[in-house]
Amino acid sequence: MSLLRQLIRGVRTLVNRPAADREIADEVDHFLAEARADLESRGLAPGEARRQARLRFGDAVAVREQVRAYGWENRVESFVLDTRHAVRRLARSPGFTIVTVLTLALGMGAATAILSVVNAVLLRPLPYPQPENIVLIDDRAADSAPVDVTFGSFREIEERSRVLAAAAVSRPWQPTVTGEQEPERLDGLRVSARYFDVLGIPPEGPGFDRTDDRASGPAVVVLSSILWRQRFGADSAIVGRQIRLDEQLYTVVGVMPPDFEDVLLPSARVWSLLQYDATLPSHAGREWGHHLRMVGRMNAGANTAALRAELDAIAGQRVAGFDRPAWASLENGLLVRQLRDAVTGGVRPTLLAVLGAALVLLLIACVNVIHLQLANGSRRSAEFALRAALGAGAGRIVRQLVTETVLLTLMGGLAGFAVAALCVRALVALAPEGLPRIDSIGLDGASFAFALALASVVAICVGVAPARAARRSAGGGLRRESPRTTGGRHAVRRALVIAEIALALVLLVSAGLLLRSVQRIFAAPSGFDAAGVVVMQVQTSGRHLESDGARQAFFTRALAAVRATPGVEAAALTSQLPLSGEQDRYGVRLADAEEDPRLQDGGAFRYTVTPGYFDALGIPLRRGRLLDERDGPGAAPAVVVSESLARRAFGGRDPIGQRVHIGRTDLPAFTIVGVVGDVKQASLAAGPADAVYTTPAQMYVSDRALWLVVRVRGDAAALVPALRGAIRSVDPDQPIVRVAHMDRLVADSESQRRFALSAFQAFAGFALVLAVIGIFGVVSASVTDRTREIGVRTALGATRVRILGLVLGEGMGMAATGAVLGLAASLVVTRAVASLLFGVKPYDPVTYLAVGAVLAVAALVACCIPALRAVRVEPAVTLRSD
Amino acid sequence: MPLPEPNTDVIQGTLDMLVLKTLSLAPLHGYGIARHIEQLSRGVFKVNPGSLLTSLNRLERAGWLDSEWRRTENARRAKFYSLTRAGRKRLERETTDWKRRVAAVGRLLEAKP
Repeated sequence: MSLLRQLIRGVRTLVNRPAADREIADEVDHFLAEARADLESRGLAPGEARRQARLRFGDAVAVREQVRAYGWENRVESFVLDTRHAVRRLARSPGFTIVTVLTLALGMGAATAILSVVNAVLLRPLPYPQPENIVLIDDRAADSAPVDVTFGSFREIEERSRVLAAAAVSRPWQPTVTGEQEPERLDGLRVSARYFDVLGIPPEGPGFDRTDDRASGPAVVVLSSILWRQRFGADSAIVGRQIRLDEQLYTVVGVMPPDFEDVLLPSARVWSLLQYDATLPSHAGREWGHHLRMVGRMNAGANTAALRAELDAIAGQRVAGFDRPAWASLENGLLVRQLRDAVTGGVRPTLLAVLGAALVLLLIACVNVIHLQLANGSRRSAEFALRAALGAGAGRIVRQLVTETVLLTLMGGLAGFAVAALCVRALVALAPEGLPRIDSIGLDGASFAFALALASVVAICVGVAPARAARRSAGGGLRRESPRTTGGRHAVRRALVIAEIALALVLLVSAGLLLRSVQRIFAAPSGFDAAGVVVMQVQTSGRHLESDGARQAFFTRALAAVRATPGVEAAALTSQLPLSGEQDRYGVRLADAEEDPRLQDGGAFRYTVTPGYFDALGIPLRRGRLLDERDGPGAAPAVVVSESLARRAFGGRDPIGQRVHIGRTDLPAFTIVGVVGDVKQASLAAGPADAVYTTPAQMYVSDRALWLVVRVRGDAAALVPALRGAIRSVDPDQPIVRVAHMDRLVADSESQRRFALSAFQAFAGFALVLAVIGIFGVVSASVTDRTREIGVRTALGATRVRILGLVLGEGMGMAATGAVLGLAASLVVTRAVASLLFGVKPYDPVTYLAVGAVLAVAALVACCIPALRAVRVEPAVTLRSD
Repeated sequence: MPLPEPNTDVIQGTLDMLVLKTLSLAPLHGYGIARHIEQLSRGVFKVNPGSLLTSLNRLERAGWLDSEWRRTENARRAKFYSLTRAGRKRLERETTDWKRRVAAVGRLLEAKP
């Protein structure tokens, strides 16, 4: 009951303050009137009674004030008053307000945006039940590099493992769906039956049946929710219907839930069964090719250490009933990784580095705002002293200042949120290639909460110093600013600017190191000549190209058509394109095994190429000969190897004529006929790579998709339609994808590093600008305060050069101190970005010197104007005006 | 009138209780309450209007008093306060508490070495 009354009374007062005041005044007046009447009734004269009453009970106004002060509504009113006053004050110095809000907005916005990305990509658990139990299992090469598993290995592990509750394998599948709408090529996966059991999210519908996952099993498919809605109109009777994929009828057995995300292939729209032959009929079949990704779900309560131990035991111990050909012997053990780490691990260093930079920038922004506040506050010290003299308590003044700070921070936070929204959109657009979980990036509740928390922390940090300064000046009373106190105040500002410079330096050094790394990477030879080369991947789909012979025939005719296109200088096909993100590796073993039959490395990249590939990409021949028409079916299998492989396997001996097995050891060995220069396949930053090249006719693996590499004369972009036309003229239904200039592909292969570089450059630039403004501010204020001193010095005979030196000395002194601190900090901090660097050490002296020079110039520029102002001081004027 | 005893300011909590007690006898306006307290305490407690009116405001918001503006005998407008039922209960409790505390203090003060 009382709470209600409190509320109602308070609200009534708030709504109609004058009426409430009048009521109080009436009551007080009545009290005093009664008191006077009482005194009069005791015999005092009216005038005397009034005096006595006033003496005893006090002045009516004072009493009114005391009575009025009770009630929660007063606090509300003072809060509203503070806010209104703060708004008016901020509006009166628009420059200060805008600069502060913008600085805060940029700092908080960048930090919030990048934290959203980090949250979505790195921190958020995978969208599956108990995601920490899902692992990725790879076969391991001799150099511990991960290799896709074979179906045979998968069967053995699945059967023998007790720690795994479920296991599955998958490989990419890109069917073309036809029907009522336009034919559309889809991304999908062919998976074993328990795939969705491993992920833990079953499709709606019967789903896959284990008994269907056999050779010549029925054609079944699971659709994604998006495909079901876009292509099939969310047909509620879709399960059981048949759809046409790659000219074959598939029965729909399920639809995935709407928010399902397949992290192994986020763009997947269809899933069908692998239907490999579980009896593992021969070593020659696809059951023993290394091309499957294996995932597993551990039993509840198990951990990766237990699984690793078990898999090591399984790999090390061969049992009867589980065959293992030499190239799938599991002799190097198996690699187990948490699925989330496997999916996001590659991009973690980059994201964390950029996050670090954003936080440093935020720190600089805060320091700058404190600096601005102090500069602004020192101008108001007279105002505070006056208000204190008029009766405001120190607490009241501080509260006023805090309100202003909170308001500024709030505005900065709101603007920052808008900045963050823009930044996130920009980040997603500029994101490095293949950023995992990119669809789940967005500003969400968590980011908003973070932004709010950040704003609060910033407000506290930013408001403390000015508040203390205000309390000091409020307590000190009206006082003339003496030079001594000016110096003290400047010390704080100087320290702040030095801090800003140091932080900016850290960002500059990091940006510089990254810049040099990127330059180094692109300067390093890639092993081929990308100028004027256009590439595209030609895929085969459809029943009529199922057989190896039909596919080969198609590719041969397509290549011939492309060669006949005017403007084409050279054209060739390859199974694998350098720097395309593919890493197709095969184990290479010496056939004539005088020494150890295995090469001690991770296997070589296998390229199945048509003769002319080396010319098209400009790969130089080092020894022997290139592949040509001689190397066809029936002729002795020939292979061309890369320099590094020749060196590693044969040392100084001539490799020509030596024989090697590529992958399968049961087939005849290949004879080395030539050695070519090394080519970068995985990335520009990778070391020299072993590679083997054979012709399609002589290789036992028949690829479903080949890259077309075309060296063109003239404008490459104009020629692309003609090239497509040439291929379509042979068979119009075959998908042609990933059309690009080779230059562009090469650049995109380093998109992560370049993304980090862009971010660092932006942050460093902004930081430098803030530092310059800081130096300018302090030096300028110092000159203003020391005008009299400068006047005296000039009068006493100081030359202009000496005055210049005085001012510049102050500015450059700050810069030098900040630089030293910053460089020292950089030595420590850049260790954190070491993984992103290439070809430069974290303490690279050239970078540090260059950054130091940049800072020196910037500081000089900042000091220019104040220095010139100091020089122009007229001693007569300043001395007289004192 | 007997000589006024040296006065002591009334502490806030005690003032509330005294106000409630005063109003338990009859509804009064602000000055009336002050006069009553002053007279019955023989001048020991002098109530200043600021504290009294604030106290009345607080007690009213707590629901222990009701108020209304009425005309006094000499035709002035005044705000009269009266005790509510909740206020009466509150007074009882406060009185019991006070008596207990006074007895305890008394015992402590009477203690002999």
